[in-house]
Amino acid sequence: MSAPKTLYDKIWDAHVVSEDADGTCLLYIDRHLVHEVTSPQAFEGLRMTGRKVRAPEKTIAVPDHNVPTTLDREKGIENEESRIQVEALDKNARDFGINYYPVSDIRQGIVHIVGPEQGWTLPGMTVVCGDSHTATHGAFGALAHGIGTSEVEHVLATQTLIQKKSKNMKVEITGKLRPGVTAKDITLAVIGATGTAGGTGYVIEYCGEAIRDLSMEGRMTVCNMAIEGGARAGLIAPDETTFKYVMGRPHAPKGAQWEAALNWWKTLYTDEGAHFDKVVTLKGEEIEPVVTWGTSPEDVLPITATVPAPEDFTGGKVEAARRALDYMGLKPGQKLTDIAIDTVFIGSCTNGRIEDLRAAAAILKGKKIKDGMRAMVVPGSGLVRAQAEEEGIAQIFIDAGFEWRLAGCSMCLAMNPDQLGEYERCASTSNRNFEGRQGYKGRTHLVSPAMAAAAALTGHLTDVREMM
Amino acid sequence: MEKFTKVTGIAAPMPLVNIDTDMIIPKVFLKTIKRSGLGVNLFDEMRYDRQGNEIADFVLNKPQYRDAQILIAGDNFGCGSSREHAPWALADFGIKVIVSTSFADIFFNNSFKNGMLPIVLPQEQVDLLMKDAEKGANARMTVDLEAQEITTSDGTVIGFEVDSFKKHCLLNGLDDIGLTLEKAAAIDSFEAVAAQARPWV
Ligand code: SF4
Repeated sequence: MSAPKTLYDKIWDAHVVSEDADGTCLLYIDRHLVHEVTSPQAFEGLRMTGRKVRAPEKTIAVPDHNVPTTLDREKGIENEESRIQVEALDKNARDFGINYYPVSDIRQGIVHIVGPEQGWTLPGMTVVCGDSHTATHGAFGALAHGIGTSEVEHVLATQTLIQKKSKNMKVEITGKLRPGVTAKDITLAVIGATGTAGGTGYVIEYCGEAIRDLSMEGRMTVCNMAIEGGARAGLIAPDETTFKYVMGRPHAPKGAQWEAALNWWKTLYTDEGAHFDKVVTLKGEEIEPVVTWGTSPEDVLPITATVPAPEDFTGGKVEAARRALDYMGLKPGQKLTDIAIDTVFIGSCTNGRIEDLRAAAAILKGKKIKDGMRAMVVPGSGLVRAQAEEEGIAQIFIDAGFEWRLAGCSMCLAMNPDQLGEYERCASTSNRNFEGRQGYKGRTHLVSPAMAAAAALTGHLTDVREMM
Repeated sequence: MEKFTKVTGIAAPMPLVNIDTDMIIPKVFLKTIKRSGLGVNLFDEMRYDRQGNEIADFVLNKPQYRDAQILIAGDNFGCGSSREHAPWALADFGIKVIVSTSFADIFFNNSFKNGMLPIVLPQEQVDLLMKDAEKGANARMTVDLEAQEITTSDGTVIGFEVDSFKKHCLLNGLDDIGLTLEKAAAIDSFEAVAAQARPWV
C-alpha cells in the first residue's frame, strides 16, 4: 500500500508533468484566471516572442481592479491609465482567443468570484491567477495560488508552472461557532494566532467541524485570506456542500462526466495518518467577532479588547506596532468599540458574495446608518448583484442609506475612484489593512460583513452580538 | 535576462518588519502596461511627501544609500499583493540583492524572474549584516552567487543557501519559458493522459 497522503499531496501528484532531481517540478495548470492589472506585460511578452496561448479554452479573463462601480459606468473609464489597462485586456482576450467577461457582461465581477460562480473552479484542479487572493478557490479542494506576471506569461505559453512542493500545514477549527461569529472571524483569528509569516512555505488545509459547517461562501472567505497568513494556498476537502454548489454551474461537467468527476472528487481528502509538518488548532467556541487595529492583518483582536501598546510586543514588531498606532491614529488602552468610523465598505473577493450581503442586510433591516456615514456595498459580481436585488436585499441597503454599486474590486484596493481620503477611517470587509491600501493615509479596520453593518449603524466599531 | 554572478555594492538597512508590496510600489503605479521605469516610484509613499519632495530621513534618500544595490530588511519582506511591479521597481532602482529572515512566497519567486537574488538568513546573521549596512557608504558588501557567500565590509564571510535550479537560471541568465518549452513533448503527453482520466477539465 502507498503511504497515506494529504489532500495537497493528492492534487499535486495528479498534476506533475516532470520532476527534476532537485525536486523542481513542472506542474500542469487546469485553469488560468486573468485580470487587467497583472497581465499586460505577460501578453506583451508573448507578442515579442511570437508565442501563442497554449490552452485558451482553460484561460478566463475579466476586468475587475480598475473598473468604476458607479451606475453610470457604461460612459467609460475616466482615468486614462485605467482605461488603457482595461482596453488592453479587451484586446488581448480577443487576439489570443481566451474566455472573456467584459465590463458590459452581467457575469463580470471580481475574478475570484466569477471563477467559482461560472463553474470554472472545480475540485482537484490546479488554478492560478496573477493575484494573491487566488487562494480563494482552495475552498473547492482546488490547489490555487497567486503568481507573478512572469509566471502569468509562463502559464499562458506553456500551461504549466515551475514549482517546488510546499510543506503541509493543518489548521483545525474544532466545535461550533457561536452566534455572531463568521468565516471572516475564523480566518482573521487564525492569522492572529500564526502571524502573517506563519504560513510561509506551507499549503494550509483547513478542517474541523466549524469548517465543515460553513457554506461554500464561508469557505471561500477562509481560504481567501490564507495568503495573509503567508501560505501559498489554502485548501478545504470537497464534500456534499461543495458538490451541491458546483452542480449545474455553466462550466461544471454534466451527465456521465459529472458522475466520473464526482467519483474522483470523493477521493480528495487527507488519508488517515498522513503527515503534516505543522498543526494549528483553534476552538470554534472560543473565536469571537474580531477586528484589526493596525496595518497588518495579524494585528487582530476580539472586538471586546483594547488597543495594545508597542511594549506588548517583542523584536521588530515593537517598532512596527508603534508605526501602526501612529498611522492609525490610535492610543494604547483605548477600547476598540470606542473607535469612531466614517466609512463602511462591504465587498471584495473576501466578502462580496450573496451570503455576505445577506448577513449585513440582516443587521441593517429597517434601520438607518449613522448621520454623515459614507457606506457602500459593492457586490462581487453582476450576478450577485442581480440575486440580491431579487431577494430584496438591495432595497434594505438602499433604505438604510448605503450606496448600491456595480461589481468590481472598488475600495478593497482603491485603484478606481472609490478611495478613502486622508485620515478617513473605514470598517471594511476586505482583506488588507496595509498603509495606503484604501487610499493615501486612509485607515482600515478589517471586519466581517455583519460587523461592518453594525458599525455603519452606530458610527463606531461595534460588537455585532449586541444587535442580534 | 541579465546574468547574475557577483555584486559588490552598498547595502541599505530597512529593519522594518512586514514591508509589503503596497509599500514597495503603491497601487497608483500599477496602471502601467510596461515593466520599466518604476524605480523612481519605489517606496513612493515613504520616500516622497504629497508634493513629491523627498523625505530626507528615508533611508534611500540619504546620500550614503542612494546608490544601494543591496537591501537588508526585516522579517516577511514582500508580503501582500502578487504584483511583480514590486521586484520591477526594486530592480529598476538598482537593487540586486535583498537579505531577510523571511520573504513572502510570491515575491521571493518574482525576484528571481527579474534577475534579483533574495537571500534568507537566520536572525543573528541578518542582525550582523544590518549593523554593517548601518555604517553607510563605507560598508560595501560582496555577494557571490557562485560561491554562495556574502562578505561584509570587515571581511566576515557568511554562507547562504539557494535553490540549485534558481541559481543555475540566475548565473546563466536563462528564461524559464524557453526552458519549459523544451519539455513540450512531456506536456503533450501529460495532456493526452489527463484528457482520458479527467475529461471534464
Ligand atoms: S477584491 Fe481586493 S483582494 Fe480581491 S482581487 Fe480585487 S483587489 Fe484583490
